Amino acid sequence: MGLLSNAAALLGKEVRTEFHSRELLSTTIVFVLIVVVLFSFTFDPTTNESHRFGPGLLWLAFLFAASLMLQSCFLREQANDTLSALRLAVSDPFAIFLAKIGANTLFLLMTELLMLPVFAALFNVSFRGRLPGILLTFFLGSLGISVAGTALAAISAQARMRELLLPLLLLPLLAPILVASTEVTVSLMAPEPFMQWKGIGFLAVFDVVFLTALWLFGEYLLEE
Amino acid sequence: MVAAAESSIGLRFEKVDKRYGAVYALRNLTLAIAPGECVALAGRNGSGKTTLLRIASCLTRPTRGTLSFSGVTENQNPRAGFVAHATMVYDELTAKENLVFFAKLLGVANRQQRVDNLLREVGLGERKDSLVRTFSRGMRQRVAIARALLADPSLLLFDEPATGLDPEATLWLTGHLAKLRDSGCTILMSLHGESEVARLATRAVRLDAGSVVADTRSGATFQSVFSFAGG
Repeated sequence: MGLLSNAAALLGKEVRTEFHSRELLSTTIVFVLIVVVLFSFTFDPTTNESHRFGPGLLWLAFLFAASLMLQSCFLREQANDTLSALRLAVSDPFAIFLAKIGANTLFLLMTELLMLPVFAALFNVSFRGRLPGILLTFFLGSLGISVAGTALAAISAQARMRELLLPLLLLPLLAPILVASTEVTVSLMAPEPFMQWKGIGFLAVFDVVFLTALWLFGEYLLEE
Repeated sequence: MVAAAESSIGLRFEKVDKRYGAVYALRNLTLAIAPGECVALAGRNGSGKTTLLRIASCLTRPTRGTLSFSGVTENQNPRAGFVAHATMVYDELTAKENLVFFAKLLGVANRQQRVDNLLREVGLGERKDSLVRTFSRGMRQRVAIARALLADPSLLLFDEPATGLDPEATLWLTGHLAKLRDSGCTILMSLHGESEVARLATRAVRLDAGSVVADTRSGATFQSVFSFAGG
């Protein structure tokens, strides 16, 4: 079985497991909702202020949510040592990473899309006519968070103090993603919106570089 | 349901050390297992049985020394069927979903039929659509055994396979392993004490402090390999 078919089977398992347990999505959605609502109380959400602070607050909420989501992606596999079963079954260990990245990106995007109307209502922002740009930014930003985060989750899952280690490693590493995604979203939410292609390019390069690194060295992260 | 092994796999551990920090789990262990042998590993807790099985499955690398396989053909899947202490199945999936998922990864042909047959054989035909988290320890062990047998592997590694199994399931397991052994499958299993399953072995090896201290192919002396305090 090839890499992509293995990854597709693993992704199907990730989705099925999540829809049976409903642990990850429900917790993440509730968490982001609380953060966005709390942020909306901290200042008067007039349109001007929303344009200035809104995207940063939104991406910060997504980042916190991602750190919650990523924590469990390899810890789940430790409960019954299912990671060993996966390593014995797949022909290329990169398939395990591809599936985890796919699932994390999918769950993060679902959370983001559910939060978008809530954010628009609370922060008095309209996304009309800007949706394709927003979706592209969300996708590239979420992919970057998932790629780097999945690699770090694999490292931290084998360490002591793993619950503390992941956020400690994750937040500094994802700072460039946070900055670039925020800048692109600010430009899309401006009164005269425009697409900041430099930021989009940066996000795409970040994703490709980390994905390549994971493809080259990912196998070592799964070893005991 | 037992397919003849395409060609049996042999293993050779050569001067293998496995260290966890300062503690040696295996120390200078040399052991050759011929293709088609059914080897019972005995030894106290912490003697290195589980580590040996994990190295044989290629899940763990030795700190020093080598493991080599013989008899692996180009088209043959050298990956082992492994039943470990942990069940290696997903609690959030049903028994059938678990097996279909692993069958997909392993590229098993006619997987729905294969999975249904295996589940029926291990006595879970009626509960195949129940979530594994609702199962008892013994039922989970049955799913774990079915998972290990999915791809008809030529090398089977069992870490105390009868854990949690009731007498009926132990009898089925013993019978099934006997068929696999007779078909040429190489079997390496760690056991606590002499049991029904131990009687299948064609060779018994006893480990102590990570080294082989007894090794016999004579059934008459098996008892001495398994008889030790603790277990």
